[in-house]
Amino acid sequence: MSVLKKVIASAAVATALLSGPALAQDNTRIALVVKALGIGFFEAAAKGAEEAAAELGGVEIIYTGPTDTTAEGQIEVINALIAQQVDAIAISANDTDALVPTLKKAMDRGITVISWDSGVAPEGRQLHLNPSSNALIGNMIIKLAADHLPDGGEVAVLSATTTATNQNIWIEEMTKVMGDYPGIDVVSTVYGDDLADKSYREAQGLMQAHPELDAIIAPTSVGIVAAAQAVVDAGKVGEVNVTGLGLPSEMAGAIESGASQSFAIWNPIDLGYSATVLAYQLAKGGAVAEPGAEIPMGRMGSLTLDDNNEGAMADPFVYDASNIDAFKSIF
Amino acid sequence: MRDTVQPNRHVPDRLTSRAQRMLRSWEALLLAVAVAIFMLNSFASPYFLNAWNLSDATFNFTEKAMIAFAMALLIISGEIDLSVASIIALASTAMGLAAQYGAGTGELVGIGLVVGLLCGAFNGVFVTILGLPSIVVTIGTMSLFRGISYIILGDEAFRGYPADFAWFGQGYVYWVFTVELAIFAILAVVYGVLLHKTNFGRAVYAIGNNPTGALFSGIRVQRVKFILFLLTGLMSGLAAICLTSRLGSTRPSIAQGMELEVVTMVVLGGVNILGGSGSIPGVVIAAFVMGLVTFGLGLLNVPGIVMSIFIGLLLIGVIALPRLWAMLRQGRRAS
Repeated sequence: MSVLKKVIASAAVATALLSGPALAQDNTRIALVVKALGIGFFEAAAKGAEEAAAELGGVEIIYTGPTDTTAEGQIEVINALIAQQVDAIAISANDTDALVPTLKKAMDRGITVISWDSGVAPEGRQLHLNPSSNALIGNMIIKLAADHLPDGGEVAVLSATTTATNQNIWIEEMTKVMGDYPGIDVVSTVYGDDLADKSYREAQGLMQAHPELDAIIAPTSVGIVAAAQAVVDAGKVGEVNVTGLGLPSEMAGAIESGASQSFAIWNPIDLGYSATVLAYQLAKGGAVAEPGAEIPMGRMGSLTLDDNNEGAMADPFVYDASNIDAFKSIF
Repeated sequence: MRDTVQPNRHVPDRLTSRAQRMLRSWEALLLAVAVAIFMLNSFASPYFLNAWNLSDATFNFTEKAMIAFAMALLIISGEIDLSVASIIALASTAMGLAAQYGAGTGELVGIGLVVGLLCGAFNGVFVTILGLPSIVVTIGTMSLFRGISYIILGDEAFRGYPADFAWFGQGYVYWVFTVELAIFAILAVVYGVLLHKTNFGRAVYAIGNNPTGALFSGIRVQRVKFILFLLTGLMSGLAAICLTSRLGSTRPSIAQGMELEVVTMVVLGGVNILGGSGSIPGVVIAAFVMGLVTFGLGLLNVPGIVMSIFIGLLLIGVIALPRLWAMLRQGRRAS
């Protein structure tokens, strides 16, 4: 037995040396659980969460997530968080349904649970924070084009597929608010099927069919990049402004060349910030998540909950030459 | 024989005593590691020594260990099955489909096990009848089985399992002891007896050490291997039932990457990846080691990637240690 005893004894000594001082327990501990670690978008959200923690005071952020984007991995992470009796869990879920039993258990043990970015089914969380809403996105994409056309002009829409649910809703919402932008005419809507080459050809076709075209709105991250390239290749930089929804990392070139004046997408920093403030409010009893409730979220205004306890954070965030450099390395 | 040897003289048939061998065995080393990790964990986090937390932690390994038992036998026999996680996906999808048509819990369990068996049989036919290498066959079926799930489900999910189906993955047998832990314990005994106390178990070792020799000794090599593939499929089906019940839903990405964790558990348990040796107690301890490490590091909010590194180091360390030890001893003797 002597070998075994020695091993145990040395392990005990090692642990005694390693354990160190007891953990501080006074802080409100909010866990920001993401789809997987090492993704720029979520690292930025964590930055926002830290900002909120500094503002709120006495808040400790636990930024965590699995290595791969799996529901099983997130469940292991959540189980560890439940065991630590954290005060709140704010999660961007890998699976709408699979996390529900575990998150229910967390709520049963008195932990505040909210989802953000990618939601959890209503029974598995207290509220869900959407980065934006369809109405806000619909308004934003036409506003982006109109802002650079003070005297009005012709714009065209380059969408994804004819059946793409999101894009169709956004274009519908855009049509609803066209009255707010007098002088702006939508002359055509084409579909690039979210394929780079088809989107490129459709953008070329738009410029040929409408020589007076002033802007192309592409509410899809594939289409917007392809359209910007088509504008550059046609030598129409400065004549046709490409805008819509895109990723800063992919659109940095288009901003630099001037093919795109500005475009929009959610801001992950704001998202992490808002999720943290909301989780804090609910955990501290400063707010209750119920349909119709209006919960303040610091510098981002307040969140109004619908019948599903979901709310939209804000307008999509606008990226242009002034801030693209800061965001292009993030996502 | 007896009268040629003096009755009171002890003739050792081994160089070392039984106790000495046990102490130097892989299982003893693993057990020491497990105890060390347990102690480290309880010192490092104030939340570790809590019955409910430890109960939650067992989910980190129970489903994987169910498959690992059958996989251990398969690897000892010189074969491997990398399609186990995909079998889970297919079995879970089949159960989800049945649940849509109103199947009850009993039927769902039956469907999960039968689909697992069929997948195991499919692998088994290719390996034992067509004589193809199991690693190639099961890499193929790994894509095939999960591919079928993707065709059926796409980016959809099956929900709406009957309420009492949740018992397998979320239920408790007694106090903090979960249903899954109970299944794990029963299987540990069943497989321990099967491998170490039956003729079938001896045959598995014999095949792994020398398939040709086994064949000439009258062991029906291909039949034994086929049964092992069936068992691995069946255990994957069982794991599918538990995991589906725990998640309460099915997506085609379910259990993604689990096959490597199962193989890691088996190898950590002291099973020779080339076949021929290994034990069930080793796999049981390895399951606890992996569960304790992931849960302990999770409590300290160590990022998952560091956890993977740690498991990798543990695996290499535990495998290299006895080898290094042997080399050291030899070196000392030679000088």
